[in-house]
Amino acid sequence: MKIAVCVKQVPDTWAEKRLRADDSTLDREAADGVMNELDEYAVEEALKLVEAHGGEVVVVSMGPDRAGETVRKALSMGADSGIHLVDDSLHGSDALATSYALATVLAGRDFDLIIFGSESTDARMSVVPAMVAERLDLAQLTFAQKVDVIGDTVTIERLADYGFDTVTASLPAVISVVEKINEPRYPSFKGIMAAKKKPVETLSVADAGLDASKIGASAAWSGVADFAARPPKSAGVVVADDGDGGLKIADFLTNQKFI
Amino acid sequence: MGEVLVLVDHADGVVRKVTTELLTLARVMGEPAAVWVGSGYNDAASASLAEFGAVKVYVAEDPTLDDFPVAPAAEVLASIVASASPAAVVVASSADGKEVAGRLAVKTNSGVITDAVDIDASMIATQSVFGGSTIVHSKVTSGTPIFTVRTNSVAPVPAPGAATRVDVSVSLTASATKARITGRTVAAKGGRPELAEAAVVVSGGRGVGSAEGFDVIEKLADSLGGAVGASRAATDAGWYPHQFQVGQTGKTVSPQLYIANGISGAIQHRAGMQTSKTIVVVNKDPEAPIFELADFGVVGDLFAVVPQLTEQVESRKGA
Ligand SMILES: Cc1cc2nc3c(=O)[nH]c(=O)nc-3n(C[C@H](O)[C@H](O)[C@H](O)COP(=O)(O)OP(=O)(O)OC[C@H]3O[C@@H](n4cnc5c(N)ncnc54)[C@H](O)[C@@H]3O)c2cc1C
Ligand SMILES: Nc1ncnc2c1ncn2[C@@H]1O[C@H](COP(=O)(O)O)[C@@H](O)[C@H]1O
Repeated sequence: MKIAVCVKQVPDTWAEKRLRADDSTLDREAADGVMNELDEYAVEEALKLVEAHGGEVVVVSMGPDRAGETVRKALSMGADSGIHLVDDSLHGSDALATSYALATVLAGRDFDLIIFGSESTDARMSVVPAMVAERLDLAQLTFAQKVDVIGDTVTIERLADYGFDTVTASLPAVISVVEKINEPRYPSFKGIMAAKKKPVETLSVADAGLDASKIGASAAWSGVADFAARPPKSAGVVVADDGDGGLKIADFLTNQKFI
Repeated sequence: MGEVLVLVDHADGVVRKVTTELLTLARVMGEPAAVWVGSGYNDAASASLAEFGAVKVYVAEDPTLDDFPVAPAAEVLASIVASASPAAVVVASSADGKEVAGRLAVKTNSGVITDAVDIDASMIATQSVFGGSTIVHSKVTSGTPIFTVRTNSVAPVPAPGAATRVDVSVSLTASATKARITGRTVAAKGGRPELAEAAVVVSGGRGVGSAEGFDVIEKLADSLGGAVGASRAATDAGWYPHQFQVGQTGKTVSPQLYIANGISGAIQHRAGMQTSKTIVVVNKDPEAPIFELADFGVVGDLFAVVPQLTEQVESRKGA
């Protein structure tokens, strides 16, 4: 089985995120870059599937130079090779442009499965996997809390408000995973050493055959008009419980007309 | 004024509250036209769409629509966009809603804005990003603007509409039927309001300590007519079912009142509740970061504070 995993480098979860004053894009220099947490689960699931069924895992990332670190991280977890789409003209791409670029890179490479995280922690759109499925005309099996492959059929449990749906399709297919699905492994020392020798194909916009008019900030289908820090919430009242904590909350709620 | 398509979010033939919010918002942007995709359209559904101002209801009712996730709704919407040239399309910010919006954006070559908390008459959307720290105004610059809107962002206001039925014929393409739903597993559901829609959410975290501990959380929720939520620490431990997890990878809630009990306030938890209008915190650690969000906080043991609060609520309600 040949599996692609799409991974995104995002600012460290714990870092304060802000937008750049000049072009209203996320300030990626301001914080350390890490692999999007949800994508670690995607890498783990791909590795597990290949351990069970044989095959190879190719990690795909679009992002600036240092997103190469995120590709290496996936390789050190055990992925076999990487593709890094990097080009200054990609800066400012929105979800439509990102999905176009990823779909173009993924097309024609005979992947049986393309696995995504269910959401990037910076954009938080949860649309790229569905958009890629649409563009590549592949079955979409997203928000999976469980994935099973039997022969050329893939079945997932799609998380839903009420529980889950069982969804099934023939390969090839696009999958996105939620964090309940597995426990991502840490790269071992051996894995980190081995990753250094694994092949990473670096593609420019021209190499990937992308139409320059469909990517980057100038091509974006949507844009930020303005932004501002949210006015700080006025500091609340915090009291110690002297045996009357519940009473005090009740007074507060009565005041606020909740009771 | 142009037509604004509102995808109806429905379950078991009942229109979900979020749809009435979307219709209210759509009236600011143009003339709301509801779009029903799936089986089971009925008089009560029509009446609630009419009550909140739907001028038309496009009905795509073929039962096969229920068998495939996401793709059919995107296909139906794309066909209506092609024939009706609406001014905008508005969808709920659920997992399904976002994916429908994403596929529709690709199909119609249009921009999409997710998780809007407001949209004005000139189609400028307000988003609250980075865990609520930044307010962004954005605009779709190409194609038919597509928005997904968070539940509980807009107060639904009735305004009668004709809700004239317009049937949409359905013939799904092979692309929309590649992934098939073969089973539905419904977790046991109590009599409480739905988490994402509830006006009051009472949540418990690791501090609750056990499944039995959630008794005190449920009792408080019931006294306030609210829903119960949980942190991931509590759902992972198996103390409360996963579908009640609040946070980045759980539900995003924005109730009038959120009461966090025994929850530290990790960034992933905050991402799902930070836009709650009023936040009350009970935690025995005065340093817990969740206190930064509190309108009112009590440093104390939740097993002492919460039952006392429940008792107070019960007695004051009666008064
Ligand atoms: C990819 C990813 C996704 C995640 N998604 C989510 C998500 O969607 N939602 C989510 O919630 N988390 C999520 N998390 C987990 C998150 O990082 C935290 O681990 C989690 O929120 C902690 O839950 P908690 O606050 O209940 O537990 P803790 O952090 O352990 O806090 C427990 C708190 O309870 C207090 N306490 C203990 N006993 C009592 C008592 N008797 N009375 C009063 N207070 C008491 C303690 O002082 C402490 O502050 C995610 C993590 C990852 C990596
Ligand atoms: N620049 C990117 N490079 C590779 N994968 C990406 C990129 N952006 C998004 N993805 C993938 O799409 C998923 C959903 O992202 P989003 O729709 O932005 O929330 C992520 O978890 C990644 O798997």
